Amino acid sequence: MSETIALEVLRYDPETDNEPYCQSYTVPYKEEWVLLDALNYIKDNLDATLSYRWSCRMAVCGSCGMMINNEPKLSCHTFLRDYRGGVIRVEPLDHFPIERDLVIVMDSFMDKLSSVKPYLIPKQEKPLSAGEYLQSPGELNVFHQYTQCINCLLCYAACPQCGLSGDFVGPAALALAHRYNLDSRDGGKDARAEVVASNEGIWECTFVGACSQVCPKQVDPAAAIQQTKISASVDWLKDLLRPGAHR
Amino acid sequence: MSRRPYVRRVPRSWWLHKPRYVLYMIRELTSLFVGLYCALLVVGLVRLAQGQAAWDGFLAALSSPLGVAFQLVCLVFAIYHSVTWFALTPKAMPLVIKDQPVPGIVIVGAHYVVWAAVSIVVLIGAGI
Repeated sequence: MSETIALEVLRYDPETDNEPYCQSYTVPYKEEWVLLDALNYIKDNLDATLSYRWSCRMAVCGSCGMMINNEPKLSCHTFLRDYRGGVIRVEPLDHFPIERDLVIVMDSFMDKLSSVKPYLIPKQEKPLSAGEYLQSPGELNVFHQYTQCINCLLCYAACPQCGLSGDFVGPAALALAHRYNLDSRDGGKDARAEVVASNEGIWECTFVGACSQVCPKQVDPAAAIQQTKISASVDWLKDLLRPGAHR
Repeated sequence: MSRRPYVRRVPRSWWLHKPRYVLYMIRELTSLFVGLYCALLVVGLVRLAQGQAAWDGFLAALSSPLGVAFQLVCLVFAIYHSVTWFALTPKAMPLVIKDQPVPGIVIVGAHYVVWAAVSIVVLIGAGI
């Protein structure tokens, strides 16, 4: 008999269940399989009702984040071979409501993301005829790592502050705000500050650092938030000494 | 089909669930002992202002087994606080020189060098 591996998956059907429950599945074990392959096997062969999000299978789309043995991970990036001989417990990402099975409700994140204005706000608009907003490789290097975020929300599931305070703007959105604040072509820092430098923004962060530890793209949101704290403090001090001077 | 999202509550014991959370809470706890030691220093200043007898009594209390134990506990927590904080400094204060990021180990190392230098100055000032 070929080798198998056991999965315990949290299930929740909003139409029939009052609370989530755990369901066990046994799937074939293959060296080259990731957890997403195992979930697809269940969906195709064992239980078509299992719901979960996925798309690219290569840690680019950010859809398949889930709690895997209590750690937030991408299921396309998690090999079965790392759990050989054990049981893999699969749950929806922590700190988000469960829509159904492994699917979370991410509306709150979408609102938070748009609230930090994650797009270029040029210092001075110029006509198309004036050409591109140019940038040197050095200027790109300053913020490049923060452009790698795939909005997978693992950082929100890892951050206890996100669970304890639902209003916290959170690691990914704040890292993206930092990415645009650092961009040499951008002039929108003050426009973002209302949300970013508020109590629900950077100051809700207590530097647990878990967001950066679980990030599959090495974005380091914790670093972005601490740097924003320093920058916001300096701006606050400048404003105190010379109101409006730094704007 | 109706939407009825299920909300999971964060248990009060959340910080016991993962080693990284426990280490974080210990780091938070260290601030309490750092604060207590600061309070001890303030008490020392007050006793100094009250005259020789009060100051001698304060020194005697510091040298008692309880006083030494308290200072040792504060020292352990202060070291844990400092070491973990220094380890985080490259995140909070990254340096870029000529478009090249300065390695984190250099930033952390610089903090230890400054710590040692300040400690030496304080020890010399104290006549040790």
